[in-house]
Amino acid sequence: MGFLDIIGPVMIGPSSSHTAGAARLGKLARACWGDDPVGEVVLFLRGSFAFTSKGHGTDKALVAGLLGMEPDDEGIRTALATAAERGFPFRFEREDVDGAHPNSVRFLFSGRDGRTMEIVGASVGGGAVELQEIDGFSLKVSGDLPTLVTFHRDVHGVVAAVAALLADRKINIASMTLHRKARGGLASLVAEMEMEGNPDHALPGDVAKVHPAIVRVVPLYGRGGPS
Amino acid sequence: MRSMTDIAEQCRLSGRSFSEQALFMESEETGSSPDILRKGMLSRLKDMEFSVREAVSKEWRGLIVPAEASLLEQYAALGCALSGPYVLSAARIAMAVSTYNAAMGRIVAAPTAGSCGILPGMLFACREQFGTEDDLLLSGLFAAAAVGEVTAARATLAGASGGCQAECGSAAAMGAAALVTIRGGSADAVSSAVALTFKSILGLVCDPVGGLVECPCVKRNAMLVSLGTLGADMALAGVKSLIPADEVIDAMGQIGRALPGTLRETGLGGLAVTPTGKALAEGTGM
Repeated sequence: MGFLDIIGPVMIGPSSSHTAGAARLGKLARACWGDDPVGEVVLFLRGSFAFTSKGHGTDKALVAGLLGMEPDDEGIRTALATAAERGFPFRFEREDVDGAHPNSVRFLFSGRDGRTMEIVGASVGGGAVELQEIDGFSLKVSGDLPTLVTFHRDVHGVVAAVAALLADRKINIASMTLHRKARGGLASLVAEMEMEGNPDHALPGDVAKVHPAIVRVVPLYGRGGPS
Repeated sequence: MRSMTDIAEQCRLSGRSFSEQALFMESEETGSSPDILRKGMLSRLKDMEFSVREAVSKEWRGLIVPAEASLLEQYAALGCALSGPYVLSAARIAMAVSTYNAAMGRIVAAPTAGSCGILPGMLFACREQFGTEDDLLLSGLFAAAAVGEVTAARATLAGASGGCQAECGSAAAMGAAALVTIRGGSADAVSSAVALTFKSILGLVCDPVGGLVECPCVKRNAMLVSLGTLGADMALAGVKSLIPADEVIDAMGQIGRALPGTLRETGLGGLAVTPTGKALAEGTGM
């Protein structure tokens, strides 16, 4: 933890895990979905999120994040009304999932074109968050740094190809983790990056083309990302 | 930064004050220049100041806590208070900011949202009562941050892991370090203030009514301001802690781990399960 994490973050109260973390989670989920218009988002609240949501403004903070707001945005207080004004449809449900993180939520996005995406994330304390699943695929993304998530067939050469492309762009890889469902099956690579200046919005498309086994790339650029 | 003893030792070698040394070490550890760190912390101080201004501008209230901070102002004006003007002013600001947090106000978590009133109370009461300038408040904030970083490394700052001693307790110890720094005390005095404050908060549980950051949080913010202030005064007077600060912090972490889950921010024990606590929680309709 650095000094500005100790004296900080600056946030809308009352709770770092239930309010600030919820806003970050909403924003990260929205970054996963991307810029496409949203048909509807259903938020399935789990554990403590389901039971103390109103008292902590968790519902407002999650929706604020989906609208692109940061945890210190005063607009969090009125986010539910703002979403209605902007024609951003959302709905809350509760669900009881054995073994789920106590402060977690499942987002179910559907687009106007019929595309859907399912994201599970947790607020793990002090405003820190963790994406745990994208479309049923388990992984771990904190969103602290600009991150690329690839989905690819588990064959040789994908990591090397992605790493070489990032090296070519002079992007330092802070961490890289691999997840796979089965040998030769669907796999995922999560790369946290350190980039100078603004995020390179052409990068995800270029990574998608760097190896034929890569089927999809999800960019998560946090603060610099789409809103 | 993992040790108060280490920081104090480095101060002796370098001739720097506690807060200067903390800034120097943070810069070494993070690779950020002292200038960048100073700018970042100044912006935190401004955000804190803004939260104080907003918090006292209106009678904010939470779901269950009423607006009561102004009662302390009216009482202080009578001039017959038992606590001195500084403690009353700091407690009033702490309560106001903590209530503002419950009302979804924009605050600086220092170190957490649940304890967000304590440092602003202790710092901005200095300005109000003694006319302390911003650069000195900033030095105080650096000292507080160093204490927080050592506590995070050795124990925890999260109520869910260590109870309220880890949140409001840490904030009070951080505030005590800030006050000693503002008054020009030595690095050893900073350590003593931290140790003395933490020692009197060991074992404090986190038992929020309805799981909300309101009761007892808001008034604990105000109460613990006085503890940290006396910790600073005792250290400035030359009183030392027999157990060094690092060991006290270790004990805080160990006690936190030993606390049952019902007393670590779950709302399942302590004040939360008293008849009145339960009735208050039910009244919110959650």
